[in-house]
Amino acid sequence: MPAKVITITSGKGGVGKTTAVANLAVALAADGSKVVCIDGDIGLRNLDVILGLENRIVYDIVDVIEGRCRLKQAMIRDKKLPELYLIPAAQTRDKNAVSPSDMNRLIKELRPDFDFVLIDSPAGIERGFRNAIAAADRVIVVTNPEVSAVRDADRVIGILEAEEKGPAALIINRLNPTLVKNHDMLSPDDVLDLLAVELIGIVPEDENVIIGSNRGAPVAFDLKSRAGQAFRNIAKRLKGEKVPFMDLEAQDGLWQRLQRLTGRK
Amino acid sequence: MNETNSLPIQIKGLRDGLLVSLDDAPWADQLAALITQVDSQPSFFQGARLALDVASQVLRVNDIVQLRDALSERGISLWAILSESPTTENTAQLLGLATRISKPRPEESRQFSVENLGEETAMFLNRTLRSGTRIEFAGHVVVMGDVNPGAEIIADGNVIIWGRLRGLVHAGAKGNRAAVICALDLSPTQLRIAEEVSGTLKPQEHPRPEIARINEDGKLQAEFWASG
Repeated sequence: MPAKVITITSGKGGVGKTTAVANLAVALAADGSKVVCIDGDIGLRNLDVILGLENRIVYDIVDVIEGRCRLKQAMIRDKKLPELYLIPAAQTRDKNAVSPSDMNRLIKELRPDFDFVLIDSPAGIERGFRNAIAAADRVIVVTNPEVSAVRDADRVIGILEAEEKGPAALIINRLNPTLVKNHDMLSPDDVLDLLAVELIGIVPEDENVIIGSNRGAPVAFDLKSRAGQAFRNIAKRLKGEKVPFMDLEAQDGLWQRLQRLTGRK
Repeated sequence: MNETNSLPIQIKGLRDGLLVSLDDAPWADQLAALITQVDSQPSFFQGARLALDVASQVLRVNDIVQLRDALSERGISLWAILSESPTTENTAQLLGLATRISKPRPEESRQFSVENLGEETAMFLNRTLRSGTRIEFAGHVVVMGDVNPGAEIIADGNVIIWGRLRGLVHAGAKGNRAAVICALDLSPTQLRIAEEVSGTLKPQEHPRPEIARINEDGKLQAEFWASG
């Protein structure tokens, strides 16, 4: 079966697109799928670092497009997962080095050999974003439960609708259940109320995400991490499985549990 | 002459110029047909910006330079070459031509103008307006859906939102102080009627339909809708 091409985008920067791509790629590959992820953030590449593959890069996506190497030569195999590949972005060029039709050609070549092609979109709604969504079968929008991130997500969803990219799916990243409970953070309901799209996952705030990113070992490898579990669940949903949403309250610390035991709310 | 004329050349008007679509017939014939077409309607083409869709033609630097010169002699500036062939795209880029033109985006920023329909004209939008959408209309605007933060409606008449209003609405934009803004849930980023501006209204716990207008004191004010 030809690959499903999924672009992960957000509008606003820093909400966790690249982290989401790395973790979904790891989770999908660990679950037996053949996955290739493409770093679409040309000039500001990150995905290689988060996957811990930066020291293996010889060729990048611009080399492929400009014909300096074959596609296979630019594909870097993951250290742990033999079915996971990365096509890195060029660090020394900019978004104009690639056009939407270049992306279409590249993806067409990848489709027969993989189950999933994940594209990491740059922030913004300009050329890089257009490149990233050009070949997508499905687009996942990542947002944080913050007013500014949600507004940018709304803009992006509007553009996707106008481009007839089909209904977007939403990941709410870095949710802090305690803040939500105290009404200091937008709740998933608040976000969905505004964006009115399908929710495909909620990822709780988890310091292991940062630790994993810095180590080049995405948190989806970590079976104890709540965020890792959330990403693994999203990966399953992408494969069409029905997975119930996690009970985010359950991650309360010892103090909250004690409070509950003693009957104080 | 007649033969070259019969080659299919499609010409379409775009926001920022003309789009001419050629097919895969030999390039020399295509070029001749295009030039013939231009020469037959010089006033139409004079001063035009031209984007050329050359399908899968492979064009070399010389071809494009020749074309550009031929067009510029006739007062036409070649602005973009669209092609399915990467070679052609590269060549065009090398010569500083665009290889992509933006498609008009239906959802985004659009100005509508309706003339001679009187002041009772209304536009009906049966959808939610997301962030970045701007609607300008010389009449009333009715939205069946939400107006999200970051979306804007600028209307000369009244604005009625059958849904949540959380973006920006300017009613009576040409100075009509009798214009009103109604919404089932009025929690806008900002409201304007004529020259009056109100800031953010607090979202309500249990929203009720509201209507905003300029009151007797000349202030923009919202009140709950009461039947009768």
